[in-house]
Amino acid sequence: MKITKDLIQHIAKLARIRLATSETEKFTQQMGDIVGFIEKLNSVDTAGILETNQVNGMENVLREDEVENFPKMEELIACSNNPIENNQIKIKKSI
Amino acid sequence: MEITSLNLVGTKKLLSDKKASESEVVAAYSKRISEIDSKIESFLFVAENPKSENLAGELGGIPIAHKDVFDTDGMPTTAASKILENYIPPFDATSVAKLKVAGVVNLGKTNTDEFTMGASTETSAFKKTKNPWDLSRVPGGSSGGSAAAVAADLCVFATATDTGGSIRQPASFCGVTGLKPTYGRISRYGVISMASSLDTIGVISKTVTDAAIALEILAGQDSKDATSGSAPVEKYSENLRTDLKGLRIGIPKEYFIEGLDSGVEKIVREGITQLKKLGAEIVEISLPHTEFAVPTYYVVASSEISANMARFDGIRYGPTVANSEVENLVEMYFENRTRGFGDEVKRRIMLGTFALSAGYADKFYKKALQVRTLIKKDFDDAFAKIDLIAAPTAPTTAFKLGEKIDDPVQMYLADIFTAPASLAGVPAISIPAGFSENLPVGLQLIANQWEESKLLAAAQAFQNSTDFHLQKPKI
Repeated sequence: MKITKDLIQHIAKLARIRLATSETEKFTQQMGDIVGFIEKLNSVDTAGILETNQVNGMENVLREDEVENFPKMEELIACSNNPIENNQIKIKKSI
Repeated sequence: MEITSLNLVGTKKLLSDKKASESEVVAAYSKRISEIDSKIESFLFVAENPKSENLAGELGGIPIAHKDVFDTDGMPTTAASKILENYIPPFDATSVAKLKVAGVVNLGKTNTDEFTMGASTETSAFKKTKNPWDLSRVPGGSSGGSAAAVAADLCVFATATDTGGSIRQPASFCGVTGLKPTYGRISRYGVISMASSLDTIGVISKTVTDAAIALEILAGQDSKDATSGSAPVEKYSENLRTDLKGLRIGIPKEYFIEGLDSGVEKIVREGITQLKKLGAEIVEISLPHTEFAVPTYYVVASSEISANMARFDGIRYGPTVANSEVENLVEMYFENRTRGFGDEVKRRIMLGTFALSAGYADKFYKKALQVRTLIKKDFDDAFAKIDLIAAPTAPTTAFKLGEKIDDPVQMYLADIFTAPASLAGVPAISIPAGFSENLPVGLQLIANQWEESKLLAAAQAFQNSTDFHLQKPKI
């Protein structure tokens, strides 16, 4: 399939990445090469083949849902470079 | 004798025989790092006055390094990305904690491709690591910092991660031993994720025995990683053997194809002859879906990457624009991610976003998951008849810095012989098998899931009968 600049801009927007004009051109060409390469998969007959999401056979690994206190809460929150107020990270209004 | 030239077993003996103290051993490494790492650039962070927290432990006083995607309590952990610059986690990854309890000395953090995305370590936002065998060449990637540091005697061994070949390929390029265990053999907790259904924790070391000892410490189920396996952890270093009698080793014909460098092929074929001399029965096998492994890998991995990278928004960690610089929260996401991610990360996020987006998810993502099933079945069918697979680790020796960085598809093909085992979740190891034009070539051995004992035993038998792993680069 053809990868267009419009498609790349749409994908970048979904991914919350801004592209400069020169980047849009570069990525359009490179993504075209990559998608051409992965389209090779179309030649494989996968009718009736189940998907593999998990490869080592582990399934339904459950544990008790217990609250644990992380001992270094303040240090963890201090990893943020945004302002901290009452142990919460202050950011711009979201709506 | 140089202290830093010793492997893990040798360093342990040096310490237990009291021929050197922990501080003398650490000082020798610190000196060597300060003298030559300016040429290699394998470390992103070097610890000041590092020391063991449990000198009586099994690895008491052994200096190691961690790939910079392992969370290390109180030490910068950047994933070689600007978006995590100056991030200092307040906790250890399970693997880091286990090694700490065993008494290792953490010398620092090694360079990697950004978020482990790459095959040359060139996508690191901070440094370009050089191959110790030829400073104009890449060390491979993404664990190029760990591989180069071990090859240059800058640490005894190093932790690393392998999602599509990131332990084995740099080990091959740098002439060291690289073990990627079974998916889930070692907990992923606290290791920054790339592609969660593929990411595997392992080690890069000077010998197979060293890797076996490290695996004994690192392996095991962890309640903090639901995908970690419950298979019993064996005493891998005690099961090592000197011959291969009774083992059937399969040679997949799809791994000897156009594109495999002739010098590499020659060394790998000689390695297979050596396996035969040691008593193994060599049989040709077929893994028919091999050619689809790299495209499958890039769809599956990129899709998971686009999900995993969504958490990096500059809010909880890493550099951020000030609230006053943006209009709203979405603007903040755009700004932080656009500034924080490098090109390869952006490419893969976009490829994954595309492969998962409306209208394309069935055509690409679902299709790749189905082909993954066929690739896994190739291995299941093979291991019904044989014990191990032997193959090249990489199609070439180390390539030149800058040679492939602008051609993503060529760079992705560096994973052509390593991605299949990653998709199948099976353990594999790259061991030094010789040199082509003075550059190291790795031989890859692959075993069925959870059969690290068999894998390591055979690799050790090869290493016992050869001296390629003892060669050192002149730096």
